Amino acid sequence: MITALVLLGVILLRGVHFDILQPAGDIARQQRDLMVIVLSLIGIVVVPIFIMLGWFAWRYREGNHKSKKDDYKPEWHENTLLEVLWWGIPIAIIAVLAVIAWQTSHSLDPYKKIESNTATIEVQVVALQWKWLFIYPQLGVATVNKLPIPEKTPIHFTISADAPMSSFWVPTLGSQIYAMNGMSSQLSLIADRTGEFAGVSSNINGKGYSDMKFTVYSQTDADFKAWVASAQQSANMMDDKTYARLATPGLADETSYMLMDNMLYDKVVNKYMHGMSHGDSTGGTHVMPDGSMMKNSDVQTMEGM
Amino acid sequence: MEWLIGRFDLSYLPSDPITMGAAIGMPLILIAIVAALTYFKKWKWLWTEWITTVDAKKIGIMYAIVAIIMLIRGGADALMLRASTAVSGPGGTQLFETDTFQQVFTAHGTIMIFFVAMGLMFALFNIAVPLMIGARDVAFPFLNSMSFWLFFAGMILVNASLVVGGFSNGGWLGYPPLTELQYNPGPGVDYWIWSLQIAGIGSLLSGVNFFVTIVKCRAKGMKLMKMPIFVWSVFVTTVLIMISFPMLTASLGMLSLDRLAGMHFFTSDAGGNPMMYINLIWAWGHPEVYILVMPAFGIFSEVVATFARKRLFGYKTMVWALIAIMFFSFVVWQHHFFTMGAGANVNAFFGIMTMVIAIPTGVKLFNWIFTMYKGKIDFKAPMVWFMCFAVTFTIGGVTGVLMSIPAIDFQVHNSMFLVAHFHNVIIGGVIFGYLAGLTYWFPKLFGFRLHDRLGRWSAYFWMVGFMLAFMPLYALGLMGAVRRLDHYDDPAWIPFFVVSAVGVVVIGIGLGLFILQIFYSVWKRKTLRDTTGDPWNGRTLEWSVPSPAPHYNFAIEPTVSRIDEWWYQKQDGVSVPKDKDYKDIVLPKNTSLGFLIGMAALALGVGLIWHIWWLVIVSFVGLVLFVIRRSMDDFTEHTLPAGEVMRMDREARGI
Repeated sequence: MITALVLLGVILLRGVHFDILQPAGDIARQQRDLMVIVLSLIGIVVVPIFIMLGWFAWRYREGNHKSKKDDYKPEWHENTLLEVLWWGIPIAIIAVLAVIAWQTSHSLDPYKKIESNTATIEVQVVALQWKWLFIYPQLGVATVNKLPIPEKTPIHFTISADAPMSSFWVPTLGSQIYAMNGMSSQLSLIADRTGEFAGVSSNINGKGYSDMKFTVYSQTDADFKAWVASAQQSANMMDDKTYARLATPGLADETSYMLMDNMLYDKVVNKYMHGMSHGDSTGGTHVMPDGSMMKNSDVQTMEGM
Repeated sequence: MEWLIGRFDLSYLPSDPITMGAAIGMPLILIAIVAALTYFKKWKWLWTEWITTVDAKKIGIMYAIVAIIMLIRGGADALMLRASTAVSGPGGTQLFETDTFQQVFTAHGTIMIFFVAMGLMFALFNIAVPLMIGARDVAFPFLNSMSFWLFFAGMILVNASLVVGGFSNGGWLGYPPLTELQYNPGPGVDYWIWSLQIAGIGSLLSGVNFFVTIVKCRAKGMKLMKMPIFVWSVFVTTVLIMISFPMLTASLGMLSLDRLAGMHFFTSDAGGNPMMYINLIWAWGHPEVYILVMPAFGIFSEVVATFARKRLFGYKTMVWALIAIMFFSFVVWQHHFFTMGAGANVNAFFGIMTMVIAIPTGVKLFNWIFTMYKGKIDFKAPMVWFMCFAVTFTIGGVTGVLMSIPAIDFQVHNSMFLVAHFHNVIIGGVIFGYLAGLTYWFPKLFGFRLHDRLGRWSAYFWMVGFMLAFMPLYALGLMGAVRRLDHYDDPAWIPFFVVSAVGVVVIGIGLGLFILQIFYSVWKRKTLRDTTGDPWNGRTLEWSVPSPAPHYNFAIEPTVSRIDEWWYQKQDGVSVPKDKDYKDIVLPKNTSLGFLIGMAALALGVGLIWHIWWLVIVSFVGLVLFVIRRSMDDFTEHTLPAGEVMRMDREARGI
């Protein structure tokens, strides 16, 4: 029996990578640790529940011959001390959890920039039907379905869509956020090591949903610079024409482009903005008219929702 | 032709084998039913005893039948989904085209929530509430019949889409802009909208009906704090229904205006805002979760007290916990989309509110467990369902609290982890609860018990199947697998999806055993007969009347002076009623108008889905006329004379 279970375990777990439990980035690591802390706190209430449930069910079952005469108390239905206890303990635990929730909502706010000695790299993300467009405005390059980044460097994403809502998520690095038409959401991530990590859309957006994937290539700084240099020389050019082709529904391969239009992202976001008053929506927009991406990140989150 | 059949053309008829099968199978079943009814000359019986009935118990039975059939349909959907993902890994093949797969998961969610969970819920409201509060019927019997037929009309629309035109592929909550014309011009989304819209109005009216029933129709002496806990749970549930369902109606209404009238509530462009829809639909959707689960809490409160043969521990605490959940369920909706980027303060607020709900819910568990303490527990099937519920629901609660922390939710949102979580609370909480409730109250309706061993085995299979089907999904979620994938390319995921598919089969066996249990019990009804009217040694008023309960419920209106009135009456000794105790009973007359209104709504839905405007006009005018006809009817009741009541009651009690 035990051998069978172990065998089953080995078969099941062969080659398994628990992206969320085996993170490759600081954000995801903090989130994993948070999960462990919260689970242990909940355990304080849940473990006694399971023990008492099983114990009482067994002990007080009808036909338990060991039961004594005074074991059956059909009228016992109130006990202030006990009730205070089981309102009190959960309240105390939830109070602790509430503090944790409040603090981590702020410390792990996706809009919060990662502090680092290394300069942040800006990436603009456009979710299309069914591909991901990444624009590196500072570097003059763009990619589709691949996201090369240097390791140990904060990446600041500004995310929008030109398609039904998607959700931008790299499980190994942490936090996902929605990609929405006419709105810019933000996310900061960092990779601790080199490697290839899977990225997905976690929100259904039509027929090609399951194939809307990308790969994060976390590289050494030198490798990344080499890639940027080659992409800047690429024969593939990311201009309005290429974009128009990409924006039609369909799948695409991983490609690097030379970025021809620094305003491309802003154009995509603004094309939905006609007749809409700014700043009153759930998403709002944080795109600066001059296209400067550094200012973009200074815009605070949407507290007024 | 367009004026006659709208946008319908032959290309909307099914082409792939699965839907072809359904398209041929469903009409065949219908024809078989019609033929059987004609052959056995049962049309009149069906019409007078069922279709036109206003008896809450019969309406409850009809809800239960529809809901169980829909449970089979939704279960078949689940089996298709998991069978598909078991073989669609790298190197595998997809069993269905992507579009079919997406329609199937949309249908699965929609049917399970609106037509299974809501259906079973209203079934149990109708079956148990009037009897438990000592009432003859609900406050508005005609409205009750109409609500059922609206629910029925919605159910027909969902299933018709399988045969003609296809269903929505936008997920069970149909987020725009995916469900807007721009991305989804076909009739699928309209099927989804109108089936929910029609059924939703039925649910709202039922909510009003049971709220008024509980407020106005309680037996003499039954103060609010003397009501059975199930009635309390229904009471707070109806408040939630009355407040939240108009939001569903409004959200779907605006979405349909976008689609039919070219408006821009939720479009991406022209000033529309899809995120507003997501807020609105969840402002209904979260209370909806509690609408489903609170009656299950109520059922288990009755079940545990009855089968532990002990008074429910902490009645007042239970009531206050229900009320607390009712309030908090309205301030948590944003936790369904922390990832929209509302900002740290907003997310933290909703996250904390969400975990606060865990407190009263946890308290309930303690109360049930301490009801068992120093009891004499009889592990009949409903009690076995409780044990399965307590374990499953608690696990669901743990993962729920985990996801209520926004920073954690960012890592599991929309993943298989989330899928496992909500099945954990909805199957473990809602479905287990309602199946326990059906088993518990079955003898009161039909006069014989369900076969206990089959019932217990059904519960065991559900439980084991549940663990096999959903524990692997938690693991998959932690591996980064997102929901709703029709194929994937990580070979390590394959065994988990395979185990999950096996789990669905085991759950299917559990469901099969539950249905077998019903047929087997009908067959063995003589040995399972309940001659006392009180098969479980119950505590509340419904067990004081003979089984099956007479259509007037109580021959003599009961008076209540304490919680668990019937339990203590039995200890005091029940007196046999004298001749003069019997009074005339005024009862509502049967009416066909509820059915006709439902059918008019169905035709209206068909017209709106296919843009058949003449049908829209005709059915809408018909609907209004039926309502006017009803409002002009002054003779809606008849009187059962006291002598007749006495004769029937004594016969039923064998006096």
